Amino acid sequence: MTDMLTPPEAIKLTRKDFVAEQEVRWCPGCGDYSILAQTQKVMPDFGVPKENIVFISGIGCSGRLPYYMNTYGFHSIHGRAPTLATGLKIARPELMIWVATGDGDALSIGGNHFLHSMRRNVDFTMVMHNNRIYGLTKGQTSPTSEFGKRTKSTPMGSVDRPVMPLTLALAAEATFVARTVDTHTEHMQQTLEAAGRHRGASFVEVLQNCNIFNDGAWREFTERDVRDDRMLVLEHGKPLIFGKSRDKGIRLRGLHPEVVTIGENGVTEADLLVHDQHAEDPYLALILSRMFWPEFPVPVGILREVDRPTYSDLMDAQIEQAIAKSGPGDLAKALMAGETWTVE
Amino acid sequence: MTSTAQGPEHDVRELDRVTIRFAGDSGDGMQLTGTQFTRTAAVFGNDISTFPDYPAEIRAPAGSLPGVSGFQISFSASDIHTPGDAPDVLVAMNPAALKTNVVDVPPGGAVIVNSDAFTAGNLSKAAYASNPLTDGSLKQYKVFQVPISTLNAAALEGLDMTSKQADLTKNFFALGMMFWLYERSMEPTLKWIDQKFGGRPVIAEANRRALRAGYAFGDTTEMFHETYRVPKAKLPPGTYRNITGNEATALGFLAAAQAAKRPLFYGSYPITPASDILHQLSAFKSFGVKSFQAEDEIAAMGATIGAAYGGSLALTGTSGPGLALKTEAMGLAVMTELPVVIVNVQRAGPSTGLPTKVEQADLFQAVFGRNGEAPIPVVAPATPAECFSMAIEASRIALKYMTPVIYLSDAFVGNGAEPWRVPSPEELPDISVPAAVKGDGRFLPYGRDPETLSRPWAVPGTPGLEHRIGGLEKLDGLGTVSYDADNHHRMVQLRHDKVAGIAKDIPDLEVFGPDHGDLLILGWGSTYGALRSAVERLTGEGKSVAHAHLRHLFPFPKNTGDVLRSYKTVLVPELNLGQLWFLIRGTYLVDALAYGRVRGKPFRISEIVDEANRILAERS
Repeated sequence: MTDMLTPPEAIKLTRKDFVAEQEVRWCPGCGDYSILAQTQKVMPDFGVPKENIVFISGIGCSGRLPYYMNTYGFHSIHGRAPTLATGLKIARPELMIWVATGDGDALSIGGNHFLHSMRRNVDFTMVMHNNRIYGLTKGQTSPTSEFGKRTKSTPMGSVDRPVMPLTLALAAEATFVARTVDTHTEHMQQTLEAAGRHRGASFVEVLQNCNIFNDGAWREFTERDVRDDRMLVLEHGKPLIFGKSRDKGIRLRGLHPEVVTIGENGVTEADLLVHDQHAEDPYLALILSRMFWPEFPVPVGILREVDRPTYSDLMDAQIEQAIAKSGPGDLAKALMAGETWTVE
Repeated sequence: MTSTAQGPEHDVRELDRVTIRFAGDSGDGMQLTGTQFTRTAAVFGNDISTFPDYPAEIRAPAGSLPGVSGFQISFSASDIHTPGDAPDVLVAMNPAALKTNVVDVPPGGAVIVNSDAFTAGNLSKAAYASNPLTDGSLKQYKVFQVPISTLNAAALEGLDMTSKQADLTKNFFALGMMFWLYERSMEPTLKWIDQKFGGRPVIAEANRRALRAGYAFGDTTEMFHETYRVPKAKLPPGTYRNITGNEATALGFLAAAQAAKRPLFYGSYPITPASDILHQLSAFKSFGVKSFQAEDEIAAMGATIGAAYGGSLALTGTSGPGLALKTEAMGLAVMTELPVVIVNVQRAGPSTGLPTKVEQADLFQAVFGRNGEAPIPVVAPATPAECFSMAIEASRIALKYMTPVIYLSDAFVGNGAEPWRVPSPEELPDISVPAAVKGDGRFLPYGRDPETLSRPWAVPGTPGLEHRIGGLEKLDGLGTVSYDADNHHRMVQLRHDKVAGIAKDIPDLEVFGPDHGDLLILGWGSTYGALRSAVERLTGEGKSVAHAHLRHLFPFPKNTGDVLRSYKTVLVPELNLGQLWFLIRGTYLVDALAYGRVRGKPFRISEIVDEANRILAERS
């Protein structure tokens, strides 16, 4: 993929090259429009010829995204997009693969594939549209729905505890883990671009609104007038500071993070946690992944980005090693393996 | 004839065919013993057929009835099709092995037992009220009591190993004894010991001594009065090797990938009895084979579809319960019209069933088991060696018709072995298909070849052919999502016609025996040997009976109806309760009769002969 990311001189694509002619059919006002627009916008930056890009999806509103990308695309079945992406990547390591998924698709029916594609470090980018609801099936509780949430399938409130997608991705050994928000278009572009450039399993959670079945899913902290105070934009090497007046920060107390105000009780910038997205160990990233509104500002940005050999790297190296050891496979020899005898 | 060996004089009797069954505890190494005898007989030039029969537990409680593992081999100077109905010789390493196997030995047959194992404890584990070696219950057999454990321990004396370790080699003592009895060379096994235990000289020496001690015991004891000679079989000229069905399947797909000029991808999840195919293909890394052990059956199927989409010859392998899990994704392969092969090494079901035992009850599952109208071609190899050519045939159909194909093997054909005339790579058919490239005009991902009705294989990386596919219904030609009613009907019909049209492109159903007459025995899959042997016996008796064996089960060969209508009666024996029978009746309105047995075992030749005779008598 390194080669693919070094653009040949000839490739000069624009956003328009990635817009398919298929009419987009999400509900008006859906957060998915923004995800599609930012995706189309960053695609030319990779310098990858569009015939070498594949979008694979499962079932759900997110599943429609490949139809709208003028690349190769595969709208598969519920939860299984990572499996198709894994097979395709093994067969064709040079392709750039994106997986479009949702909270139900990735974490419920496809939970097992999510876990295993991440731990194998298969080189694809999974963008999970998280709206905390089943939209396409018209409004049932999802694995990220709040405890007690009333939906059509949980009229008295959900008794399931929600999973934390970023914690799960980190536990599954994903080598790139990030979060962004549908309405924060520039931040989403930066995040998608970094995810696309990462070699290995990349996981991006996009907090997305479903204005039909779960309107205001993340409104409490993503609205323009409150987001600076209620969200924490992560920057590598920078202290964890947030707030409209940049006066709040995150400090570690024992094993627990706490919100502090710079200048109060003798707290200075030097007391704050400093973000290190390249840390080999996952502890800081795990702490960040557990922080959520209202106890904490919600972290967005890259929690973790580490370099490890990808699944295809390792598999192809074994093939090269086998060939180096015994020469390229000889079918006649393989057929004759073991003891043979001749009948005249 | 008189032997010139150094031991006591004994006679040598020439036989056409011998069937031996080795039986012991699942930890006694019976599968290895059987495999070694098989290799030796095969290399000598006999025709062979084997039936490994082992429990699902790796090590059931020692000495218990469920823990008995058996390996039957039939070797012969003439062409044989089955591992034999009944063993001529049973080697029983303990009371449990004797109890579960001696019922299959015909009166007068030989039973060799490890008398050391007939302790009070072992007898009680095998639920024997009294010792069968002394209570007269075995008087209809020729019983040879050999204190194998004691003799073997003596042979290994002085080696740096515990008595428990030494006892683990007693199967080679038994093997050595059988080599002597059937005049077989120990060389292939001695060579194998060197290769296997080269780095562990004490273990290697122990196995060598055990083997030689068994051989020498046969030679010097006065227990056996004769040895047996089974001359070489007259097989067609060529170079041969011994091969199991699962090995032949793996090699067949390796060859198919070369014949198709495509990389090979195998995605699988471990499941008995299909895992050997995963092991085999994983060892072909120097061929560039990409084998992928997935997290579950569904992922294996999904990854296989992904690899096919990327242009590989892509396969997945499993057994019945795994096929059930793959079902939804198989429908996706039907809808996206991608070439994948799904290997199902059938085992006895339903559910977990009898994981190591044979059954043919997944035919309905293969033909019908999906939501919607989702036709998938189905092929089935009839013998272990035939697995090779059927793997190529399954690949050919998948690639040429852009369709998933199900390859229905089973535990008997997959684990069983027979001699295989090794083909040279030059004999392989060319099954390659062109890759789609950008032409003039608009690219139609669901445009169709007028002859085969298959769609183009446009793989990612091809400039100008960017397109989207998926599980939603496609607009004819353009392939975009379509909810149009008439389009859906047209597309369902097209997918049906495409698969039905394969009938024009497969060999006619061949008949063995008279081309019309009283009775046709119609079978499929691993019952081939028993059915063919039964029909040979019946025609030898002058009966008007023929045998036809289907390799293509969906669609059927185009002459199938004509063949069925050429006989007064059609009998369909299967290891299920009548699945092919149902398909035949439904397709051809032929009043066929079913003969179904689901015992987790292959048919005996005699039961087919009996059933045929019963029907002939009833209907004449």
